Amino acid sequence: MANTSKAYVATGLSKALPPPLNTTGVIGWIRQNLFRTWFDGALTLFALYLIVVILMPSIDWIVVTASFEGMSRAECRAVGKGACWAFIGERLDQFVYGFYPLEERWRVNLAGLLLLITLVPLVFDKVPGRMYLFGYGLLYPAIAYFLLTGGFVLPEVDTQLFGGIMLTILVGITGITFSLPLGILLALARRSDMIFISVMAVAFIEFIRGVPLITLLFVASSMLNYFFPPGTSFDLLVRVLIMVTLFSAGYIAETVRGGLQAIPNGQQEAADALGLGYWQSVSLIILPQALKIAIPGIVNIFIGLFKDTTLVSIIGLLDPIGIGRAALSDIKWAGLSTEVYLFVALFFFVCCFAMSRYSMYLERKLHTGYKR
Amino acid sequence: MKLKYTLVALGMVAFGASSAVASTLDDVKAHGMLKCGISTGVPGFAFTDENGNWQGFDPAICQAVAAAVLGDSSKVEYTPTTGKTRFTTLASGEIDMLARNTTWTFSRDVDLKFTFAGVNYYDGQGFLVPSSLGVSSAKDLNGSSVCIQTGTTTELNLAEYFRLNNVSYEPVPIETNEEARANYMAGRCDVYTTDASGLAASRSTFENPSEHVILPEIISKEPLGPLVRHGDDQWADIVRWVLNVLIIADEKGVTGAQAQEVAAGPDPELDRILGTEGAYGAMLGLDRDWAVRALNANGNYGEIFAKYIGEETLVGLARGLNAQWTQGGILYAPPFR
Repeated sequence: MANTSKAYVATGLSKALPPPLNTTGVIGWIRQNLFRTWFDGALTLFALYLIVVILMPSIDWIVVTASFEGMSRAECRAVGKGACWAFIGERLDQFVYGFYPLEERWRVNLAGLLLLITLVPLVFDKVPGRMYLFGYGLLYPAIAYFLLTGGFVLPEVDTQLFGGIMLTILVGITGITFSLPLGILLALARRSDMIFISVMAVAFIEFIRGVPLITLLFVASSMLNYFFPPGTSFDLLVRVLIMVTLFSAGYIAETVRGGLQAIPNGQQEAADALGLGYWQSVSLIILPQALKIAIPGIVNIFIGLFKDTTLVSIIGLLDPIGIGRAALSDIKWAGLSTEVYLFVALFFFVCCFAMSRYSMYLERKLHTGYKR
Repeated sequence: MKLKYTLVALGMVAFGASSAVASTLDDVKAHGMLKCGISTGVPGFAFTDENGNWQGFDPAICQAVAAAVLGDSSKVEYTPTTGKTRFTTLASGEIDMLARNTTWTFSRDVDLKFTFAGVNYYDGQGFLVPSSLGVSSAKDLNGSSVCIQTGTTTELNLAEYFRLNNVSYEPVPIETNEEARANYMAGRCDVYTTDASGLAASRSTFENPSEHVILPEIISKEPLGPLVRHGDDQWADIVRWVLNVLIIADEKGVTGAQAQEVAAGPDPELDRILGTEGAYGAMLGLDRDWAVRALNANGNYGEIFAKYIGEETLVGLARGLNAQWTQGGILYAPPFR
């Protein structure tokens, strides 16, 4: 007789129920991430409160009620109650070029464009003719020098007229490019077995690290004149560039030394065993590994250096902040300092953020040693 | 271009060579530009216009001197200086003259070894407070915080005045006028003190000027003027007499535009100034037309005043003490003979 009991026999797996509604979708995500515990919830509400109280009025001021036209602050205020960006617009050329002569500004633009080309081989690995581009990069300082100051066929432009973003980039890039090789040499010198060289390197590095940059800039701007014979004039910008380069070289040296110390002795010994000379072992074995370790530190110093260039406004060179300060004293526009500082902050943020992303890209690209 | 001389300069230092001390006038002529120190920006007194040119009451003096010496009022290299850096910059020879609302004091003249070429603005230190503070006298400022520019006479005056009047205060040190303004507006200090002209200029830039009052007390004398280094009297004389000529022309009502026509006029003093009688320019080491050019640069003293800081401008300062002695002020230039 057939089994007629009514007991239920499952013929397969029953259909899975959907997860509880409060753990999926938007609500689930919110519960999971924003209100997991009462403390999380409190933090979320606090953050929301901050957004409403700070961010909304800021956006309102920066964009919604801002005015973009007008020839003076009064006219600006008549259009909108918020930020007056017309001021930045009117003075944008000054913020970018400083006092560089109007008809010669194409030279700055060209120098900027050529600078971008030097960056191409750094960013793209597979660009054709990469070695030639690197070679061009080595020539670039001379080209930029010729373009910016003039000579031969181009009319000469006094460095006194340099200013604004152009000055910041000039000081920053010069400091960065020249301080890296100098810093590496200093780091190697400091670890050298030759007493004289290592003592000199230590003395230099410790001196630089013991003195604030602003002091060095003051020495560059005023004190050096006391030491030179009367009548010699030595371009202020060149003095500043030298000081900035030396300053950051001192710091780079220490960062690179940290990288060098992280390389096990065995590497050096292996290089010796292979019969490599000092420069061969340093350039083929030690430095490639040490610099890779030192990248975050080095980029950190570069970013710091780039921001420190604003200090030159104290010794009478007009970086964007100095330009802004002078422009703000025009009675037509006076009182718009927030707009100026925001604009300058935005410029620095864009530059420094780009540098920081580039360093992360470099680290990923060179991460080979730990992938085994 | 100075860059090229970098190596030369290094070489000279290396070999300990030293060239003979040339006079400032020769240096300026050889360089082709007048190196003039100014402030980092005070409304009306020094600012950049939309074309990137420095303008204002102080740069106008530089321009007049450049016109007299070099024949072109645009041949000026401006070096913005703060209250702290201005004297080092001048003493080190970075600049040829300083025109940066600087008070003439004993120690600056004698100890710091500068020569003041005269006074282009008679000022005095005052206090700016929000009217909501409900204060009507500086003596009521007990316990307040005060924004003050470092390295200035105002800093010292304030300490003395409050000590004498037993007023306790908290100084908020500030580097530049623009910073002081921003800090005051942000409420970081209750009081902003500097020269009364600067206060009026700052107040005119506020959103609601009527909500701020300048207290009646003027606690100091602040004769502001251009200055040069000790040790080159010829150069000091040039700056001094350019300034004096601007003042005399104002006294006699000769505008910059008229200078050319009046040169052969009946007034013997004007003839001497403008080079049609005697050889006064040569005594300064300049040519005959130096004063005409100086006046052409921005006009006479009164015109400069009216153009940058006078009552018609947004700064809106009255002549007051700076009116001619014939009109109730104390502006009084020595005779030109």
